[in-house]
Amino acid sequence: MADQEVKLTLVEKLGRVDRRIVFLLMGIAVLIPLLVHYTTTIPASPIVQNVFDKVESLPAGSKILVSFDYAPSTAPENQPMATSITRHCFEKGHRIYMISLWATGPRQAMELIDDIITPEFPGKVNGIDWIHLGFKAGGQGLINTLLSDFTAMYTTDVNGRAVGDFPMMNGIKSLRDFDLIYCIGSGQPGNKEWIQFAGDPGRIPVGGGTTAVMAPQLYPYYPKQTVGLLGGLQGAAEYEAALIAAYPKYKSMSRVASEKMGPQVSAHLVIAAFIILGNVTYLIERRRQKKQK
Amino acid sequence: MTGRANLLAILIIALAIPAMALAEAAVVDETGQSIAPVELPLPPSDLRVYDSPSDHGGSVSLSWRRSPDDGAGRGLVTGYQILRSDIPEGGFVEVGRTLKGIETFTDKQEVTNGKRYYYRIAAVSAGGLSAEVAAGPVIASQQWFNKKRANLLVVACILVVAIVYYIYLGAKGRDLYIRRIAGLEAVGEAVGRATEMGRPVLFIPGIQDMDNVQTVAGITILGEIAKMTAQYETRLEVPVSRSIVMSTGRETVRQAYLEAGRPDLYSDDMVHYITDEQFGYVAAVDGIMVRERPAACFYLGAFFAESLILAETGSSIGAIQVAGTAMPTQIPFFVAACDYTLIGEELFAASAYLSKDKKMLGSIKGQDAGKAIAAAFIVVGVALVTLATLTGNDVIGEAGAWIKNLFALRM
Amino acid sequence: MKRTIPLLITFAVGLILIIAMFIPHDPFFDMDRNFSIFYDVIAVFAFILGGGNLLRVHLDKVYQKRRDWKYSIVTLTGFFLMLLAGLFKIGVQSTLQNGVVIGHWAGDFQGTGSLFKYLYDCTFQPLQSTMFALLAFFVASASYRAFRAKTIEASILLVAAFVILIRPTPLGYYLTFWLPDPLKFLTISNLSTWILAVPNMVGQRAIMIGIALGIVSTSLRLILGIERGYLGGE
Repeated sequence: MADQEVKLTLVEKLGRVDRRIVFLLMGIAVLIPLLVHYTTTIPASPIVQNVFDKVESLPAGSKILVSFDYAPSTAPENQPMATSITRHCFEKGHRIYMISLWATGPRQAMELIDDIITPEFPGKVNGIDWIHLGFKAGGQGLINTLLSDFTAMYTTDVNGRAVGDFPMMNGIKSLRDFDLIYCIGSGQPGNKEWIQFAGDPGRIPVGGGTTAVMAPQLYPYYPKQTVGLLGGLQGAAEYEAALIAAYPKYKSMSRVASEKMGPQVSAHLVIAAFIILGNVTYLIERRRQKKQK
Repeated sequence: MTGRANLLAILIIALAIPAMALAEAAVVDETGQSIAPVELPLPPSDLRVYDSPSDHGGSVSLSWRRSPDDGAGRGLVTGYQILRSDIPEGGFVEVGRTLKGIETFTDKQEVTNGKRYYYRIAAVSAGGLSAEVAAGPVIASQQWFNKKRANLLVVACILVVAIVYYIYLGAKGRDLYIRRIAGLEAVGEAVGRATEMGRPVLFIPGIQDMDNVQTVAGITILGEIAKMTAQYETRLEVPVSRSIVMSTGRETVRQAYLEAGRPDLYSDDMVHYITDEQFGYVAAVDGIMVRERPAACFYLGAFFAESLILAETGSSIGAIQVAGTAMPTQIPFFVAACDYTLIGEELFAASAYLSKDKKMLGSIKGQDAGKAIAAAFIVVGVALVTLATLTGNDVIGEAGAWIKNLFALRM
Repeated sequence: MKRTIPLLITFAVGLILIIAMFIPHDPFFDMDRNFSIFYDVIAVFAFILGGGNLLRVHLDKVYQKRRDWKYSIVTLTGFFLMLLAGLFKIGVQSTLQNGVVIGHWAGDFQGTGSLFKYLYDCTFQPLQSTMFALLAFFVASASYRAFRAKTIEASILLVAAFVILIRPTPLGYYLTFWLPDPLKFLTISNLSTWILAVPNMVGQRAIMIGIALGIVSTSLRLILGIERGYLGGE
C-alpha cells in the first residue's frame, strides 16, 4: 500500500490543505483580535456617510423617529446602530422618538436607555429630549395610520403616561412632522415597509440600518428612496468611524461595532488568503498538467 | 336731500357690515385694547363621502377640493379637521385631521357596517376653523370583489390556463421536451453509489412543516428516491424536524416500498423525529452523518442558516450531495458546497421529472410558458423605460408606467 | 377511498382559499389566516406524535444496547429534564404584583429563578450559539474548496466574492482609495455595493420569479390531484 501512495508536491499539498488547518487558522484569526481588543476603524462608505450627513445637516431640535424593528438575536448587529444614532442625535441636540413595530423592540430600546442614554447623557430628559412610545402591532397598516394620525395610535408612552404630558409631543400630528425616520431593522416589518409606506408617499426622509443578510435587498432603494443604509456590523462600524471623525471624544468610548469588526476583518483576510492560495496552486497545477501533455 | 340721505345711509350700512364682521373677529386683550383681527380661512369645497371600495367594510372614504387659502390665496390653512356623526343635525365628533395640501381621508375609527354616517370638514388655521362643509349620509359595507387585485386575478388566470393546457397536452400523450437537469440525473447515480458502498442514503426534507410547499415538494421527491432504495435494497434514513412531516414521510416511504414490491424492507424507524429546534436538529443530523457515514445525502426542502453546516459535514464524510431549495439566500451555500444543486423552481420540477409522468411534465412546460410571458413583459417594460429616459418622450414614459402599474400589487 | 377523500378535501380547500384571496366579504375575509391558525393547532397535537417517537426510538436503543446507545441516554436526560423543569415550574418563586400574591403555579415557567430559564440561558443558548458559530469555520473551508477559477463563470464568481470579502478590511481600503474622482466607482467599497445591489439582486429576482412560478405549478398539481406522492397508499 505504501508503495502505491502518490507523493504530493508542495504545490499540491498547499492546494489540498486539511480542513482542520483551515478551522484552526480561522479560530486563531477570530480569537486573537478578541483577546487583544483590536479595534479597527473602517472609513464610512458613501451609503453610510449619507445617513451621517443627513443627521448632521439637520438643525438642532429636529425630530428623529427611531424604530426598533429587531429581536435580541440580531442585537449584535443592530444594537450598535442604535447606540451610534443616539449619540449623534444628542450631540446635535436632536430629539429622539422611539417606537417599535416588533414586540421585541421595546426591550432593545430599554437597553439603549439603560446603557447609553442614562449614563452618557444624564442631562437629557425623558419627555423633552427623548421619549419611548413602545410597541404597536400592525406593521405596514400601522405605518399607514401613523402617516395621517400619529397620536391616534400612540396615546401613551411605554410607562402608560399620556403623550399630552410630554412637551416634545406638542406639534406631532403625523409622521410628516418628523425630520427623519430612522429604522433599525432585521426583517419584516422593517426598513422596506418604512420606505414604501411612509418615506415614499409622505415624502419623509428615511434612513437606517439592517442586518448584513437583508442589506442587499435594500440597496436598490438607495439613493432615491432612502438617504442611506447601514449594512450589518460593518455599516455600524462605518457609522462609528464617521461619528469619531466629527466628534473625536467618542474614540475613547466603547465602540461595540468597531471592536467586533476586528475578528470579522481578520476572518475575512484569512478566507481571502485561502482563496488566493487555492487558486494559485490550482493554476500552477493546471499549467504543469498542460506542459506534461 | 332725500337722495343724499339715502346715499349716506347706504354708505354707512355698506361700511358697517364689514366693520361689524371685523369687530366680531377682532380680539380684545384683557386691558381692553384691541389687537390685530384674526383671519379665518375659506372652507374646502366639493366634499364627497363614499363607502371605501374593495374592502371588508368598516371604512369610509372622503375626498374634497382644497380651500382657496391652502397653499395659495392667503396661505392660512395648516390642515383639515374631519368630523362625524350618526345624525345630520349635530353630535359631530372629530375622527381625524390631515395636514394642508391633502384632499383625501379614510375613516376607519369604529365604523359600523350598515350604519348611516354624516361628515363635516373644516379648514384649520392658526386663527381657528373655517366654516364647515357637510356631506352624507354614507353607509360602509363589505364588497364581494377586491378590485385592487384584479390584475393579480388576470395574471393568475393566464398562468393557470397555460399550465392546465400543457397538462392536457401531456395527458393526450404528446411528447414534451424538458431540458436535462444534472442534479436530477445524478439521483440514480447517488443511490447506486450508496448501494455499491453498502452505506445508507440520507434524506433531509428541510426544516419547515407541511404547510410549506417546499416541504411538500421534498416529500414527493422522497417517494421517488424511496422507490430506488427499495429496488436496490439500500438503507434509507430520513430524520425530520416536524411531527406532521414525520407522519407524511412515513406514509410516502411505505407506499413507495409497496409499489417497488419490497414492503418487507420498510420500517417506521426510517423516518424519525428529532426536534423542531433548528440547531438542535442540525446537531443531531451532523451526528448521524459522522456516525452512519451515508454515501449519498439529499437536502431537498426549505432551509435556513443550517444549510452550510449540513453541506460541509456531508462533504467531510465524502458523500455525494444533491441539494435543492427555494430559499434564495441559501442557494449560494448549497452551490458552493454540494455536488449538484437544484435552484429554486428545479426543486418543484423534480418530482415530475423523476416520475416521468406526462401530465406532471406538462405542468413544468406550463410553468415555463409563464416564465416566457414574464420575460416578454420585462423586456418590453425595460425597453420602454430606457427609451423614455434617453429620449424624454412622455408617451413612451407613460407606456412604461402603464406596464409597471399593470403588475403593481395593491392590497 | 383512503386517497379519494383527501384529494377531494385538497381540491375544495385549495379552490376556496384561492377564491377567498379576491373576496373581502365574509366568510372569505381572512380565511387564509384562520386556516393557518387551524393548522398550527393541529401541529401542536402532532407534537405528541413526534415526542412519543423520539422517546420510543431512544428508549429502544438503550434497552437493546444498540450502537452508540449512550448518546441516547444524554438525549433522554435532556428531554426529561427540560420537560419536568418547565411542567412543574421548578424554582419559580411567588411574586407580589399590585398587592396580589402570584403563587408558584401561577407564575411564568421562564420567570426569575426558574430552573427552566437557568437551563435555557446556561446550556441551550450557548449550544445554539456554538452551532451558529460553526458557520464561520465552514464558510472558510467551503470558500477554499469552491472558489477556484475552473471556468469563466467560476472566475467571475471568484472575483466578485473576493471584492466583497476584502471590503471591510484595510486591504480593501488601501487597494483603491487612491483612485481619482472619475474612477471612484471602481473603489472596492463602491464596487462591492454595486455587485450586491445590481447583479446579485438581478439573480435573486430571477430566481424568485422562477420560484413563484414553480410554486403555482406545484400547487396546481396538488389541488388538481395530479401530484399524489405525499398521500401515501390505499
